[in-house]
Amino acid sequence: MTNTRLEIATSKAKQLFIPFIMAGDPSAELTIEIALTLQKAGADILELGVPYSDPLADGPVIQQAALRALEGKMNLEKAIQLVPLMRDRGLTIPVIIFTYYNPVLQLGEDKVLSMLNQNQIDGILIPDLPFEESRSLSDKCEQVGLPLISLVAPTSKERVQMIANEASGFLYCVSSLGVTGVRKEMDDGIYQFLGEVRKHSKVPVAVGFGISNREQVTLLSPHCDGIIVGSALIKLIETKKSELLDSNQREKALSEIKTFVYSIIS
Amino acid sequence: MNYQFPDDNGRFGQFGGKFVPETLMYALNELEEAFKQALEDHAFVSEYISQLKKYSGRPTALTFAENITSHLDGAKVYLKREDLNHTGAHKINNAIGQALLAKRMGKTKIIAETGAGQHGVAAATVAAKFGLECKVFMGEKDIERQALNVFRMKLLGAEVIPVSSGSRTLKDATNEAIRYWVTHVTDTFYLIGSVVGPHPYPRMVRDFQRVIGDEAKEQFLSLEEKLPTEIIACVGGGSNAMGMFYPFIEEDVTLIGVEAAGMGVETNFHAATLTKGSKGVIHGSLTYLLQTEDGQIIEPHSISAGLDYPGVGPEHAHLKDIGRVQYESVTDEEALDALQLLSRKEGIIPAIESAHALAHAFKRAKELSKDESILVCLSGRGDKDVHTLMDHFGGNTDD
Repeated sequence: MTNTRLEIATSKAKQLFIPFIMAGDPSAELTIEIALTLQKAGADILELGVPYSDPLADGPVIQQAALRALEGKMNLEKAIQLVPLMRDRGLTIPVIIFTYYNPVLQLGEDKVLSMLNQNQIDGILIPDLPFEESRSLSDKCEQVGLPLISLVAPTSKERVQMIANEASGFLYCVSSLGVTGVRKEMDDGIYQFLGEVRKHSKVPVAVGFGISNREQVTLLSPHCDGIIVGSALIKLIETKKSELLDSNQREKALSEIKTFVYSIIS
Repeated sequence: MNYQFPDDNGRFGQFGGKFVPETLMYALNELEEAFKQALEDHAFVSEYISQLKKYSGRPTALTFAENITSHLDGAKVYLKREDLNHTGAHKINNAIGQALLAKRMGKTKIIAETGAGQHGVAAATVAAKFGLECKVFMGEKDIERQALNVFRMKLLGAEVIPVSSGSRTLKDATNEAIRYWVTHVTDTFYLIGSVVGPHPYPRMVRDFQRVIGDEAKEQFLSLEEKLPTEIIACVGGGSNAMGMFYPFIEEDVTLIGVEAAGMGVETNFHAATLTKGSKGVIHGSLTYLLQTEDGQIIEPHSISAGLDYPGVGPEHAHLKDIGRVQYESVTDEEALDALQLLSRKEGIIPAIESAHALAHAFKRAKELSKDESILVCLSGRGDKDVHTLMDHFGGNTDD
């Protein structure tokens, strides 16, 4: 089963580092290069975003990345097909596809699941498919042994237990209210919230939304099993876009991505 | 037929639901519960009805369009005059209901999205009336073409927040309003303006708008002693149509929703979601929408900012699929012709949205016999559209 890769990764007795990148930003080829760089820098799991025209859960940085990727005609099918190319080039860490529900619906749930299985992908995360709407897909995911990653938010309240009980792979904990994006400070209630989630969760608890520096990671680490970094990384990729696209400067830009990861986790 | 939708999961058949980030789920459940309790609370319902009477000017008139009827020489045409409401459109019915609910829930801040500005004006109005802080999200493109309504909102004390993302119209204003709500969900009430969005909004907005159909039915019966042959209303998100249709769903009346065909449904410039769209998820709801094969949402086109929406209320999607309501489309040109005809024959300048329903009604009137009748929901007045009309007609309304 493909999910053994995720199980092995999440069973390590270490803090998980889970970077998020947008497939096709700045290009399909560079998405592969960046994924490999992130693995070298110490990423444990890769979240691969699928660009969507109306990303409700995302802030401006990821929204812009999606628009750039859409200009390059990236879509769910092509994003999935990038993963075997990454594997051919040596990517061994688990890959989670992060997509909104509408592209999944258009391709068809069954087709998406069989593509995920055939393309060495280890899980799927859909931010606008809450627990109540996910029954059909989570049943299908269970049948093929592919985790459908659940999200919990600080407003989940009594929903935490219900969601945590059925979580598979890992549990994505939204650090604070709002959309994705860098935040200066974390909400005060975060530690208590993480404690509550961990109490109910049988799978590792990873925290995302707003994490951009080592101080935050140091503060959060004792209270969770993993850290997800999206916007801060996407912003760096955005500023390095022209260097990344220039074959003479690419290596330098990639090494700066590596340096950024070290600055957060090592 | 025993029409009971939505079900407990907020579904109209397969449509509807709650496709939103987890952060909003608690707020939606809380709202669902508060709305259910409010409907069962006699004090709440009578306050709502009383505000509609004292403040908005209900019941609105049912007008027999005598001159139009003799001009068309077919079925009798009746107009349900939502244009006579305070603020000039049906939008106020729902805004009053949701503002009272927000107060009841102890919320002090409301946000709203608007396209043509009618809902924004209604939201700003009720915020002023009921002492709520109000932010209205509006696409930059709509801010340009609806300058008059933007000014009205500001005059009423609301903050208008320009939205520069995406296509800078209603779709993006709705995205931004949802994003803002995700961030401020603990103290903010999101006042949605149409029968769209996640459950319970489609049901709640319909229930606050059904006053249109309930009143029209009573008024029509007392005038004609029978029900109309056909009822016609325009559909963008679809709130005036849903409010008008709902009390007639189990009656023997033909119901027709009219969408914006823009430059024609054969072009890429239309907003005919039910005619040309496919099933998908937009703004928290499973419904018909305009999208690419990949599931990216396509920006619609209509001369009417109020119909310029790529989705449609999930209940309309259901009513289309079960064949209870027919959905037709009318081009920009046909709507503008109907607008001129009503203006000249009846002395009523309708909103361009409503003119879509009128255009189809005028077509149908000629096809029906003189002992039949058509009831049109005149959802709003055209004052807000005068700039668009002046641009179009070049200040010259001679043909």
